Amino acid sequence: MACDAWRDKLDAYLDGELAPADARELSVHTRGCAACAADALERVQLKRSVAAAGRRYEPSAQLRASILKSVSAKPEKRMGWRWAIVAVPVLSVVILSALVQSYYGRENVRRQHVYSELADLHVATLASTTPVDVVSTDRHTVKPWFAGKIPFTFNLPELQGTEFTLLGGRVTYLAQTPGAQLIYQVRKHEVSVFIFQDRGEETAALPSGPLKALSFNVENWTQNGLRYFVIGDVGPDDIQSLSKLLRAAG
Amino acid sequence: MEVPDKRLSATTFEELALPLFDQLYNFARWLAQDTAEAEDLVQETYVKALRGFSSFQVGTNFRAWMYRILRNSFLSSRTGLKTTVAFDEEEHEAVTSVESPTPETLLIGQADREMVQQALEELPVYFREILLLCEVEEMSYQEIAETLSIPPGTVMSRLSRARKGLRKVLQEKMRGGQHGV
Repeated sequence: MACDAWRDKLDAYLDGELAPADARELSVHTRGCAACAADALERVQLKRSVAAAGRRYEPSAQLRASILKSVSAKPEKRMGWRWAIVAVPVLSVVILSALVQSYYGRENVRRQHVYSELADLHVATLASTTPVDVVSTDRHTVKPWFAGKIPFTFNLPELQGTEFTLLGGRVTYLAQTPGAQLIYQVRKHEVSVFIFQDRGEETAALPSGPLKALSFNVENWTQNGLRYFVIGDVGPDDIQSLSKLLRAAG
Repeated sequence: MEVPDKRLSATTFEELALPLFDQLYNFARWLAQDTAEAEDLVQETYVKALRGFSSFQVGTNFRAWMYRILRNSFLSSRTGLKTTVAFDEEEHEAVTSVESPTPETLLIGQADREMVQQALEELPVYFREILLLCEVEEMSYQEIAETLSIPPGTVMSRLSRARKGLRKVLQEKMRGGQHGV
């Protein structure tokens, strides 16, 4: 196939919308064709620039509160299984598109880098004989403990009536930036919540949303200038429930 | 985000709709180019969506549904009515192949964040919105089609033209910058 024909498919390829067979062929072609590879690189850069530039506006706390008020429903029975039904197809789509895109996407490489670092931190913490520096199930003990140790403050949710227990916290670092790591337990599984200031190059351009990285389920989002990561070996529904609690508190 | 269950409750709505809040606001702010208006749009979207949730078609894409409500609210707002979203297309025309990268286009990757933001602001709404849905929201072509109520085939050609448009604005900016200071 001539280069022109490939070029027409480059955008769909980089958007993860090309059929797998075509994507494989195109990947082989770009490895051998400097002109198409340069073109692909330019397009990836443009995609990345728009992704970074487009994440620009944060809603005010006031608006968040008013939306919360207008939609919040009366507490009802847990419907975790429903979340699984919702989350599994979403996750598989995310994973699939991530797979296709990762042929060519420095974005992905960087994202993977962040996630694998977080996974390392999570695993290393659990393996440690002293996983947490402040041992307490009380958020009112854990939160003030961080004062003066990290350059920001955050709110933790009330866990009464949920399946989660707070085990404690410790100071951690991602890309030379200090942050808080909180360990929660749900049905004998530990889940780490990482909170960093959202200004590091490493984390600023990361897209929010659920993901499966290195067999861990991960959720991340930004809120009030902070970047939250929730990571653990539990199912996506547990990750989502914990994320929801944290979002509501933050 | 498919909702397979028939009994859609207020709790389900909350669980589905709240995680979209930050992104919806970002998108609204880009559309409206004004904070107060963006806040109104997001409010309106949640109110309309909650009210219409019972009629939400089970099995269709929830995220696309929310974005569609937001976008329609914008289009019927005062600012929205002033913007032309209906642009008579060469939409059905085949996507013309893109020129080979010149040294100039290769520089685009180095445009800084602020410059890209300005360029996005200058683009017409129909280009800006599709770029944001694709790159920022990472929507699939199918989801974009549902959000914008256009055929999936049109998504690719409009995206291609939006990217061309963005490149053009960026090139002009970079050229201007060189002669400027």
